[in-house]
Amino acid sequence: VNDLAVWSLFVAMGVVTLVSRASFLLLQDRAEPPPFFRRALQYVPPAVLAAIVAPELASTRSAAMGPLDARLPAALLAALVAWRTRSVLATFAVGMVALWVLTWLTGGAVS
Amino acid sequence: MTFSRSAFLAGLRDVAPMMLGVAPFGMITGVAAAGIGLTPLQAVGMSAFVFAGASQLAAISLLGQGAAFWVVVGTVFVVNLRHTMYSASLAPWLRSLVPSMRLALAYVMTDHAYAFSVLRFRREPADYPRRDYYLGVAVPLWGIWMTATAVGAGLGAQVPAGWQLDFAIPLTFIALLVPAVRDRPSALAAGVAAVVALAAQNMPYNSGLLVAALSGIAAGAASEARWSPTTPTASGDVEGEHRQGAEDA
Repeated sequence: VNDLAVWSLFVAMGVVTLVSRASFLLLQDRAEPPPFFRRALQYVPPAVLAAIVAPELASTRSAAMGPLDARLPAALLAALVAWRTRSVLATFAVGMVALWVLTWLTGGAVS
Repeated sequence: MTFSRSAFLAGLRDVAPMMLGVAPFGMITGVAAAGIGLTPLQAVGMSAFVFAGASQLAAISLLGQGAAFWVVVGTVFVVNLRHTMYSASLAPWLRSLVPSMRLALAYVMTDHAYAFSVLRFRREPADYPRRDYYLGVAVPLWGIWMTATAVGAGLGAQVPAGWQLDFAIPLTFIALLVPAVRDRPSALAAGVAAVVALAAQNMPYNSGLLVAALSGIAAGAASEARWSPTTPTASGDVEGEHRQGAEDA
């Protein structure tokens, strides 16, 4: 990845993030976000997260994978762990180990 | 205004248990950054500029797929829009500070800094050193986040591709997604976003993620209006966002 492009991207990401963070803190009057905006924001986490996860799991790519896709079952197991423990670390650990075991079982290359 | 060490330490004490969740999340972010070929310096640079975990992981995922500049920036913007609510909630409490200080506090704003501060400010008298309590929560988190992404990026660079560490991104998002689906509207938001994301996978510039996220947000908000046409109370918001943002930096 081109270095200058990467750094200019980071600056732009930082600026749009700072705009949200500084918004109402820097406004002088007692401005408030409108109710519809407040309501819509509640659905940003589930929508964004699902929009990222679904294609990551559906796509069959990576040559490191065996004939069977190990990612979907590993992800489902991880989801179960997430639901029971609510722990990012436990979800990550169980998901990765499940992926390695399933990749090995289905004869995927571990290079 | 003089610096209140005791208020800073009170913030530090409140946030200390959260470090246990933030440190591994930062390490995973660093590992994921290394996984798409970013150098450790770039990984830490991204953390320094953005300092918002979920949006950084989303950006890393998109960068790895070769998404266009504006798609990555647009996605980061949407993921971090929730900070406008924190900004609005904190504004009345921090009004007495000069604008440059408010901008500095905005830069280190996180789910934790917002939630702990608002809960604390409600309990304390008007002359409470709010700036220093806020900094006591926010600055240690900043330090942990930078350190953890650096360590993760350093480790990730050593790991062979066969370990498939790029799987860290969907795993982390699963860990955040599951508790975010709390009721029917949020389940609908997630479902619509997932279906649209799958259907829109071949959209130009990887803009499918952004389109899918906005569709899910619209579906959730519209269905809430139908199923429970009441807006949440301010106090309910603090509790809910605090819980939901517990893993987020």
